[in-house]
Amino acid sequence: MAATQKIEITNLKYRTLKDRVIKGIIIAFSLITISPIILIIYKLIEKGIRQISFDFILKTPPNTFEAMTAITNGEIIPGGIANGITGTLLMVLLASALAIPVGIVTGIYLYENPGKFLANLTRNVSDILQGVPSIVLGLIAYIWVVKHITNGYSALAGSVSLSIMMLPMIVRSTEETLKMIPQTIKEAALALGVPYYKVILKILIPTGFSGLLTGILLGISRVLGETAPLMLTALGSSIINFDISKPTSAIPLLIWEFYNDPNMVDLIWSSSLLLMFIVLTLNIISKQIASRTK
Amino acid sequence: MNDTSTHIKDPVLSIRNLHVSYDKGKYAVKDVSAEIKRNSVTAIMGPSGCGKSTLLRAINRMHELYENIETKGDILLNGNDIFKMPTIELRKMAGMVFQRPNPFPTMSIYDNVIAGYKLNGIRMKRSQRDEIVERSLRDVTLWGEVKDTLYKKGTFLSGGQQQRLCIARALAFDPEVILLDEPTSALDPVATAKIEDLLVKLKENYSIIMVTHNMSQAARISDYSMFMYLGELVEYGKTKDMFTNPKDRRTEEYLTGKFG
Repeated sequence: MAATQKIEITNLKYRTLKDRVIKGIIIAFSLITISPIILIIYKLIEKGIRQISFDFILKTPPNTFEAMTAITNGEIIPGGIANGITGTLLMVLLASALAIPVGIVTGIYLYENPGKFLANLTRNVSDILQGVPSIVLGLIAYIWVVKHITNGYSALAGSVSLSIMMLPMIVRSTEETLKMIPQTIKEAALALGVPYYKVILKILIPTGFSGLLTGILLGISRVLGETAPLMLTALGSSIINFDISKPTSAIPLLIWEFYNDPNMVDLIWSSSLLLMFIVLTLNIISKQIASRTK
Repeated sequence: MNDTSTHIKDPVLSIRNLHVSYDKGKYAVKDVSAEIKRNSVTAIMGPSGCGKSTLLRAINRMHELYENIETKGDILLNGNDIFKMPTIELRKMAGMVFQRPNPFPTMSIYDNVIAGYKLNGIRMKRSQRDEIVERSLRDVTLWGEVKDTLYKKGTFLSGGQQQRLCIARALAFDPEVILLDEPTSALDPVATAKIEDLLVKLKENYSIIMVTHNMSQAARISDYSMFMYLGELVEYGKTKDMFTNPKDRRTEEYLTGKFG
């Protein structure tokens, strides 16, 4: 009797210790997981913040010579990335305009016809589409739009490649959101004699609105930073361009251009900081919307 | 068929040889014929899976929303074939209340009551709408509780209030028949008692058909009862008669708790 009790006490000590060690390991790994984002933000702010000013948002980039002069004089590089900001805005808006209606309607179709062959096919293809490398989507947009529609690099081509990236995310989030709406709500509307299309427009979409919005915002924040497909489609431009048939710049394209110019390296950090800021803001907003409606 | 020959003069509903199948050849409702008395409460009882909800949902053609469900037979509402009516007309005349309260979550209490008109694009004057909302909410004894919060979301109400709101939504159309599918099974006893009182009061102006799992509820508030078993209408008659002197052995066994 006494012996077993003793064993239990030593066991207990050992177990408490083990418990603590494992707790410590878990916390350590969690910290490792969040450290990249903290380090990234820290670095971007440290290196980029001094370039941020009204000029940075309102002006186009300087040429290499201007940048070199500024650096040798110890000043900050003049100019900004207005062409990138407007280009990103233009292309993301256009991509959303293309992807949102198609994505939501497809999502509704999947939700309404869960077992149908065409729905299953669409769902699987959409999942596969999500895994297609973005550069391949760029190539496709190049062949379709650059070669045959705009006959040259264009914002439209960039938007098409981005919209194909957004599409599967919107389809999936629409379907998942609608699935979460209780069937009884739909039946309640139908039991009032409401026609089918109105049930979708006036009941399902408003009820799932925040879920749909979350999917859209996440889709947008996903394509904001895409570089590879834009290199093959929008190419880039040193001026502010709102013509969708002309080459257009974007923030990630500018970051790539600055990277290739030794005099412009400082601008990488501030551009990245701005891009990161936009993406984070969108993410936080969509998280807020999602949590508020749960 | 068993004894379902309860004769009712000027019935609000006549169900004739109704069959409903979910899978081809497998009937959830088998050859049910019954006449439903006007301005009374008719309870449909039976063990789970006996087809009572299926029968109820056939009356406002909810089954048409699902492709694999097939309905045969006739249902006459005030003598008119329901399968020949436009669904909106039918569903205006036969309002439905579901098991779980299901107010539209994006709408205010006011909009929930008037939803049937709004969603069907029926336009009317503001004063007319106010009148319908007030009448419907008074009918379900909810007016006093919500008259100051009409523009708050319906989902903020308690479960029992939500269910009364859903009844008000059905009443807004001034229907002939109200179909209730176990309307109190998700509610606590106090809320249940309120709904039961309400149904007894509502039968002055409406004909009520209610599916219930709860025998004592059927005994308390219904005038007529149907007992269904395995898709068949086993027995149909005055509730008093059925509970005191069931004609069929299966009804008796169910009522005495031998199965169900």
